[in-house]
Amino acid sequence: MDLQGFGHLLLSGTWVTIQLALASLVVGLVFGLMGAAAKLSDNRLFRGLATAYTTFVRGIPELLLVLTIYFGGSQIVMLVASWFGYDEYIEIGPFIAGVAALSIAFGAYATEVFRMAMLEIPKGQWEAGYAFGMSPTRTFFRIILPQVWRLAIPGLGNLFQVLLKDTALVSVVGLNDIMRQAAVATGSTKEPFTFYMAAALIYLLLTAAATLFTMFMERASNPAARGRHS
Amino acid sequence: MSWEWDVIWKYFPRLLDGAWLTLELVVISGLVGVALAVPIALMRASKQRWIQFLPFIYIYFFRGTPLLVQIFLVYYGASQFEIIRESVLWPILKEPYWCAIIAFSLNTAAYSAELFRSAIQAIPTGEMEAAEAVGMTKPTQIRRIILPRAFGIALPAYGNEVILMLKGSALASTITLLDLTGMARTIIARTYTPLEMFMAAGAVYLVLSALIIGLFRLIEYRLNRYQYYHHANTPVDLDPQLRDPHIDK
Repeated sequence: MDLQGFGHLLLSGTWVTIQLALASLVVGLVFGLMGAAAKLSDNRLFRGLATAYTTFVRGIPELLLVLTIYFGGSQIVMLVASWFGYDEYIEIGPFIAGVAALSIAFGAYATEVFRMAMLEIPKGQWEAGYAFGMSPTRTFFRIILPQVWRLAIPGLGNLFQVLLKDTALVSVVGLNDIMRQAAVATGSTKEPFTFYMAAALIYLLLTAAATLFTMFMERASNPAARGRHS
Repeated sequence: MSWEWDVIWKYFPRLLDGAWLTLELVVISGLVGVALAVPIALMRASKQRWIQFLPFIYIYFFRGTPLLVQIFLVYYGASQFEIIRESVLWPILKEPYWCAIIAFSLNTAAYSAELFRSAIQAIPTGEMEAAEAVGMTKPTQIRRIILPRAFGIALPAYGNEVILMLKGSALASTITLLDLTGMARTIIARTYTPLEMFMAAGAVYLVLSALIIGLFRLIEYRLNRYQYYHHANTPVDLDPQLRDPHIDK
């Protein structure tokens, strides 16, 4: 495959894509945990909000979410800022808009994964934590979360694959990721197939790496399996 | 920040035109996708390594790369080759509408083939042995046993795939098609009311997803009706030998 000197451009795009995916993963995991906590809480308002969040986000296209946040996000941020007395113009760049949109989408699906995982944890685990005098927060972080993790990782791995592929959408609002750089290279070489195919192969490599990473995490989060096989 | 309801009402009919194109794309590529997915899934479920191989590559490529790349490969990529530009296919491949349908069909075929494959492998062995025992040939088995059972098993998961396809169809707007998202973008370019129009489009997408979910629930009740029969309670004093484990609770 002759990239005619545009290889480094694709590489720099790959780096942007990786940064975008990892940033969205971290923020999205926080959204997912908060969503699951809200869905399982006794508070009706929280439950309602979380259900509205997952229903709404899972029913609309990710592209629409990216476009809404990129083109409409600054209006919302400026409205919020004006409540605090800040009236300057605020612009949201494509990277921030991308992280926001992708993590909101990831969070909605992750909410369900975490919720299912948390339901799998026996109630006795919580009670045992309390019996040792731990606060609910400490029980959650020390006892529940490590176990939830193990149950949630296969599901989260699939979601990360989806997230990785959805990063391509952010090129539509002008982020210099793989897709965008492939389009730039296409513009001057007039060889769209070559460069989009190169982009596709890079995505394949990235998703394959994500699969390996998930398998590693699955092993690492499960001491029992580790002990038996190694 | 001002919220303009008038703009939404004024342009709502145009959004509905866009929604119609979106539905058209989803339905046509969904049908083509299933037609492609069935033979691919049968090949993937085969026990021969060399039959499995090509479908595996196909599925791996289409599930491992973004839909956007696939659309661009078909729409922009095809024009790189002289042979294609001079062939009889060119009038089709230069139309964004057909390119979108080709890309969506190939994409959904890969995902559905994987669903159907796992459904085929989930058919209880006893049923396959029974088909074998009554002397069915392989084609008859596929037509009478494997496909009907696999469709029933895969149906709930396939419903999710259709929702994902509905969401993916928004990418048609990146190759100039005026689907729901494309229409919203066009209206915004004229009115500059991004929040209002995108929210309105989002609401239409939600309604479409709800309709698809409802439709699949109906099909599920019909196709898998054996799971939904309600039986009278078994009499307590029924002779244990007369009990049927499939019916009595």
